[in-house]
Amino acid sequence: MTRPVRIVLFLVAAAGVALCYLGAVFGLPELGTPVHPYRDQAVAAAVARSTANVVSAVNYDQRALDTLGEETIVLGSVIGAAALLRPTGKERKGTVRDADETLPSVALLGYLLLPVTLLVGANLVLHGQLTPGGGFQGGVVLGTAIHLIYLTGRYQALDRVRPLAVFTAGEALGTTLFAAVGLVGVAAGAGFLANVLPTGAWGSLLSAGTVPLLNIAVGVEVASGVVVLLTKFLDQALRIAGAE
Amino acid sequence: MSLAIAVALVLVALAGTAVVATAAAEGQAVTLSVYGLTLTVLFFLLQAPDVALAQLTVGAAVVPLMVMLALRTISRHR
Amino acid sequence: MTVFAYGVAGWLLLIGAFGIAVSRDIVRSVVCLSVAQSGTYVLLIAVGYQKRAAAPVFGATNPPSLDVVDPVVQALTLTDVVVSATVTALLLALAIQVAKTHGTTDPDELSALKG
Repeated sequence: MTRPVRIVLFLVAAAGVALCYLGAVFGLPELGTPVHPYRDQAVAAAVARSTANVVSAVNYDQRALDTLGEETIVLGSVIGAAALLRPTGKERKGTVRDADETLPSVALLGYLLLPVTLLVGANLVLHGQLTPGGGFQGGVVLGTAIHLIYLTGRYQALDRVRPLAVFTAGEALGTTLFAAVGLVGVAAGAGFLANVLPTGAWGSLLSAGTVPLLNIAVGVEVASGVVVLLTKFLDQALRIAGAE
Repeated sequence: MSLAIAVALVLVALAGTAVVATAAAEGQAVTLSVYGLTLTVLFFLLQAPDVALAQLTVGAAVVPLMVMLALRTISRHR
Repeated sequence: MTVFAYGVAGWLLLIGAFGIAVSRDIVRSVVCLSVAQSGTYVLLIAVGYQKRAAAPVFGATNPPSLDVVDPVVQALTLTDVVVSATVTALLLALAIQVAKTHGTTDPDELSALKG
């Protein structure tokens, strides 16, 4: 269909959607309502298992099967993107040289912030059951922290620090670890991904049973996935020469 | 409802419209980053620190970077 | 104010879809899709909000209580944010391949199937 027909069709459909949506919105409870039945159940269950961060408890303890599914989506998307971004038959992968000129202040920032960001990422992953954070957020921070070396212009150092095979294996390792912790629950007779480890003292690092382990598994997987994605995109943009 | 949340909602709507209204895809990477920041502020005001953290790391750094790299690759092959 | 908050979520969804419909570049479509997805995040978090309630994280300064916002919708949104970033990466990789194979990223010109 031609472009004007497409736009007119979209506007008609959007008007219909907007009318139905407004009708639904006027039937919703008001913003800030104190009635949240799921909140009551989820908070009670999290406190019973000494998990201070209730969102982590919902993600890794009460709804852990859905998190396994989401992790698999991450794995599949990264595999798909990495497969699509391989150099094709006619392309050559050039060699990498360090950047000719980088601003010294930017390079200094890159060097200084690299250990800080790595520590922040590791802290987010390990304290996921106590403070806001967890495997997903910490994994993304870790994955982007390594690429601060890119800011400094030392591309050869970045290549050495980031062997692609290690991170591709790390992705699979993270997902396998998640499923393995779930199978521990099956072996203990409580069901797949049940929280069977001792729940520990409230607010200590080793609390909430399997939640810290699952946090680490997801952190490893998401960090490796982000590193693989950014590596493939950087290679495509900077190094792979075309058939021209 | 508090004034801060209302202002944050207005900023989110404006930033979202700005992302769609940007004509060039290269400019959209920048406006997408700003949009991610307004969303982070809104989530923080709605008492969702976990979600704000995820949105900040993903929407302000990873996605705009990938958009710019994809555009660079496409323009080299055109 | 209720209608305003949920209306912003609906507006983001519709303006993102409009951006997909009218853009002349598939990378622009991917970015507008990202905007449309974030409309659902705003809707979910707004549904879970309670006035004058705290965040659902307990610690030394706030003991466990039921006076917090809904953590279930936050858990849903949190994984959604990270997962849709990786799906956006997959879509961008597809866009790169389309540009290499067909030489153009204009969706109106990409009508023929080509190996």
